[in-house]
Amino acid sequence: MEHAITVEKLKKTYGAVVALDGVDFAVPTGTVLGLLGPNGAGKTTAVRILTTILTRDSGRAEVLGIDVGSHPQDVRERIGLAGQYAAVDENLTGHENLRMVGLLSHLSPNTIRARSDELLERFDLAEAADRPARTYSGGMRRRLDLAAALVHRPQVLFLDEPTTGLDPQGRTGLWRVIEELVADGTTVLLTTQYLEEADRLADNIVVIDHGHVIAEGTATQLKARLGATIVEVELADPACAERARTVLAPLGTSEVQSDGRSVELKANDGARVAIDVVRALDHEGLEPVKLGLREPTLDDVFLELTGHGAEESESEDAPALGRGRRARGAA
Amino acid sequence: MTAATITQTVSDRPQRSALGWAVADTKTIAWRNLVTLRRLPQLLVFATVQPVIFVLMFRYVFGGAIHVSGRIPYVDYLMPGVFAQTVAFGAIQTGVGLAEDLNKGLIERFRSLPMARSAVLAGRTLADLIRNVFVIALMLAVGYLVGFRVQTNALGLVAGMAVMLLFGFSLTWIFAIIGLSVSNAETAQAASFPILAPLVFASSAFVPVNSMPGWLQAFAKNQPVSVAIDAVRSLVLGGQYASTEKVLASLAWSIGIIAVFAPVAVRRYRRAA
Repeated sequence: MEHAITVEKLKKTYGAVVALDGVDFAVPTGTVLGLLGPNGAGKTTAVRILTTILTRDSGRAEVLGIDVGSHPQDVRERIGLAGQYAAVDENLTGHENLRMVGLLSHLSPNTIRARSDELLERFDLAEAADRPARTYSGGMRRRLDLAAALVHRPQVLFLDEPTTGLDPQGRTGLWRVIEELVADGTTVLLTTQYLEEADRLADNIVVIDHGHVIAEGTATQLKARLGATIVEVELADPACAERARTVLAPLGTSEVQSDGRSVELKANDGARVAIDVVRALDHEGLEPVKLGLREPTLDDVFLELTGHGAEESESEDAPALGRGRRARGAA
Repeated sequence: MTAATITQTVSDRPQRSALGWAVADTKTIAWRNLVTLRRLPQLLVFATVQPVIFVLMFRYVFGGAIHVSGRIPYVDYLMPGVFAQTVAFGAIQTGVGLAEDLNKGLIERFRSLPMARSAVLAGRTLADLIRNVFVIALMLAVGYLVGFRVQTNALGLVAGMAVMLLFGFSLTWIFAIIGLSVSNAETAQAASFPILAPLVFASSAFVPVNSMPGWLQAFAKNQPVSVAIDAVRSLVLGGQYASTEKVLASLAWSIGIIAVFAPVAVRRYRRAA
């Protein structure tokens, strides 16, 4: 099969709020798709529809060629879901959590035993396997959650912001695990707010905002749209800033920032451009108060594509059915 | 894709009928909820703290001033009311547990698994029924320590406890709906108390209904908590409390509550996420 996930003209509204307004994307079998977008963009809604938790209003949504609306049980047997909230039962041990999910996935007890031992070992939870999950750290819970999503060897794995709230160590640990799964041939749909994460894990990226796909491509392609490097120059006063902008304009896209005294230059030329910036400023007799070089962040991508940042919250953020938990992360 | 590939399942899945799976999944969910009870036995103890305080208070402080009909000590009158109080307030835990599962994303996980849709609620209410067996046994023991005696026989006691457990089971479905409708466990707890308090206290649980003002008597006599208590008195005290009519009325109330509220709870579960 060419595509493990196919979504066409997918629509979903919650009352008056349009969460998905005709979204199209496809995930080739064995690849990782990164679904990016600010809070409230519709990422989680798309994942919930594809994992049969929600029903769509209209459009096509297929997993492994199976329609999620008409054959939900067949889809559920073949997918795994690990969400933002580490959905583990805190009072059950690591082992018992996997046993519960295995039984509810209708696997035989022998398979469940062998499979959970293997997963606990693989995710570095073997020592903690017989302790209640209540005693686990955030990273351990997230790994247990992911293990639970894998008990029945799903062919397609949905990861909804898998590393949100993890420390950098926990994050890189989880990335390694996901990379191993992909190496084994699992198709992954990953939602994230971190470009770095999509950059490292995703073969392709789809950016959605207000229920629409606004960009897609590889991480490199998306970053190229921005210019690969951003040079930030802060000057003494707005007049100098305006002069600096003019001087730097030939090097890339140069803009005076809202504070009136900083200039941001987006250029493709990497660190090399910094030398040109210093030379050009020196030539004009402009002395920067601050000079910095950085890689574009997801926020830059969002800013470029949508005109607003990733973390910016919007009034329609939470089609949330009134649940406190959702208000933080409905997307 | 052809129908054949759609229905092809992962090789090691045992084959069972839809009903067989629903029963198996319900057992799994009940097991999961009972593990919590075994691991945190203090939950059981907490469930009996309030009723034990009531037993002590009414048995030794207020009891002397309360006159009940028949030639039975007040403590015999009191204990069936305490059993009802225990299962009624215990039913709040069903809603609290479901609200917690929703909040932690566990319900979302369950909905993405190929399990029976009915099992999450059926397993939870079954586990709470089993918990009630332990709680009632504990309260019976407490009752015996302060002088409560069954006036009929062992069969009457078993039948009385069965009536009370069925009533508790019916209430768990009401509180399941509340748990699925609010945002967190604290709200579920707070929303449940005002519903229960008038039912438990404006009842025949602690004082005879005929000591209440007339306008309240009509409600207090016929509401389901009183009917369940009177049914248990009929079965464990007999004598002038014996009333087949009350026993049948209580069974009718319990079955009626389940028939009305279970489908609503299931519908709410399907929509909650």
